[in-house]
Amino acid sequence: MEKLTVGRAIAAGLRKKLADDPTVYLLGEDICDPYGGAFRITRGLSSEFPGRLINVPISEAGTVAVTTGMALRGLRPVVEMMFGDFIALAADQLINHAAKFSWMYNGAVSVPLVVRAPMGGRRGYGPTHSQSLERMLLSTPGLRIVAPTPRHDAAALIGAAIDDPNPVVFIEGKLLYAAEQATVSEHYDIAHTHPPYPAAVLNNAAGEQPNVTVVTYGPMLPIVEEAMTATFNEDEVACEILAPSEIAPLDTALIGESVARTGRLIVAEEGPRSWGWAAEVVARVVERWGDRLVARPVRVTGRDLPLPTARPLEDHVLPGVETVRGAVEKVMLQ
Amino acid sequence: MATCAKLDIYEQMYLIRAFEERIAELFTRGELFGTTHPCIGQEATAVGVVTALEPTDVVTSTHRGHGHFLAWTGDVKGLMAEIMGRATGVCAGRGGSQHLYAENFYTNGITGGMGAVGTGMALAEKQQESGNIVCSFIGDGALAQGILHEAMNMASLWNAPILYALENNLYAMSTHVRDTLAGGIVPRADALGIESATVESEDVFEIIEASEKAVEYVRENCRPYLLELRTYRFCGHSINDERAYRTREEEDEWRKRDPLALLAGALDGADRREIEGRCQARIERAIAAARKAPVQDLGDIGKGLWKS
Repeated sequence: MEKLTVGRAIAAGLRKKLADDPTVYLLGEDICDPYGGAFRITRGLSSEFPGRLINVPISEAGTVAVTTGMALRGLRPVVEMMFGDFIALAADQLINHAAKFSWMYNGAVSVPLVVRAPMGGRRGYGPTHSQSLERMLLSTPGLRIVAPTPRHDAAALIGAAIDDPNPVVFIEGKLLYAAEQATVSEHYDIAHTHPPYPAAVLNNAAGEQPNVTVVTYGPMLPIVEEAMTATFNEDEVACEILAPSEIAPLDTALIGESVARTGRLIVAEEGPRSWGWAAEVVARVVERWGDRLVARPVRVTGRDLPLPTARPLEDHVLPGVETVRGAVEKVMLQ
Repeated sequence: MATCAKLDIYEQMYLIRAFEERIAELFTRGELFGTTHPCIGQEATAVGVVTALEPTDVVTSTHRGHGHFLAWTGDVKGLMAEIMGRATGVCAGRGGSQHLYAENFYTNGITGGMGAVGTGMALAEKQQESGNIVCSFIGDGALAQGILHEAMNMASLWNAPILYALENNLYAMSTHVRDTLAGGIVPRADALGIESATVESEDVFEIIEASEKAVEYVRENCRPYLLELRTYRFCGHSINDERAYRTREEEDEWRKRDPLALLAGALDGADRREIEGRCQARIERAIAAARKAPVQDLGDIGKGLWKS
């Protein structure tokens, strides 16, 4: 049996919704057969569901605008951005249109739109095809940002996003497409919080008090896991890793509750250091649970630089396993 | 054209004119907050196009949308209360002048954006075989937005039943169309394989006729259509515009072709006065009601942000 990767899980979720709900349409550049999308996620679906997948011109703004209109009038369109970086081209359609209509019209309408966006680096695609641009959308009220990890059920998550009456930007870590999806692990006890957008909670303290809370999302989770497994084996530091799938709006209760127990917080994301998701999480924890902290929180992030193409340069800009381990050392030594 | 139809059209056009003039007064008196984009002079394009549509069709409009809204809904109270920021407004005061909603009617304040959203709406109507078409009002300024080109390209590729009703009032804010638009408008439609026509008339009945032809084409063929309507706004772009960029002589020339005055001249004086009095009374009642209405309860301000 082929292993279930995050990419296959997303494809399975799309297939299920296409089969179950005749109002679901998939639109994107080169998504139809034989190409099946730049990352081959939709391969086979246009043959299986004739007329339900539409190849679009290279018009990201137009595609998001048109699908917003479709969503306002009874359909459930799903857009595939070929690369998440191109979401910048559709910023106006997401920020000034899709995210605004329901609230602006005093709740009279819904915009059940999903925009799937492959994000993240480590594949050598360079400055305009490797970013984590979800950060540009996190502060838009009315826009839900969801990011699966290998510890989530990505098929269920994309299904929930399609069923959602609100616009959802679905962040797919490119590196995760080939990563195996598994909700059990030899190193961690894994639990999930409330659906439809659960946080994955990974704990290796075996019933004891974990020493540190690590919060992350999307493609940083496997890196965090690897780092924390090594830290546990070599330094006996046990952790609780929290990976929310709904990264905005963010429910911080789970994070606060964990920090109240551990007293230590690391927040990891792949995007650049400044003005990021990690900064927001740290700020919220300090504001509400600052008196429970025994050490200053530490962020693990990319550098404030564009992403280079050459591998050693890209490795230098992005946070890796060693960066996470360095953060653990920093937070434990205080 | 039967007299009763003429009277009805005149009433719709006069209502828009009187409404917009009253809004300007309320601004001058400091009773309104923010800004607004009046459509004084463009009543015939609003009423003319809307007259050609079916009530189940869908309309999108622009920052300059009061005329379209009133032609579509006749809801003077809801629009006035919205502009006055009251809970009884069509969007409870959240949207204000340029973000309006009514059943099958949507406006937004981003130039060109709703022409593209309307294209998707048209595809949804087609997919659901509703038989409805979408009419997206756009302006000459929107032609400079790439999004509109993208959407019209898709509309033609995918046979979207949409009428782009382009009100060319010669000015994108203060900048004349000759300084913003290279080539021509109709050639743009031609290049995309979209049928089009230009109406250069202040006669609302000519506009109705051209609109009915366009609507029929869109509905029968399930294809997009671009209808360019030459018009002129007698007022400024917004409330804070002294119109320093054009001469009073130019305005006077257009005033001589005022579509409302043209139609008024063809009506019996007593009929006209009765209509005008009725419209003014509706507007005054709407203002009085809005003045008494509360603003939205602050406890409700988050409602509608997330649907469940």
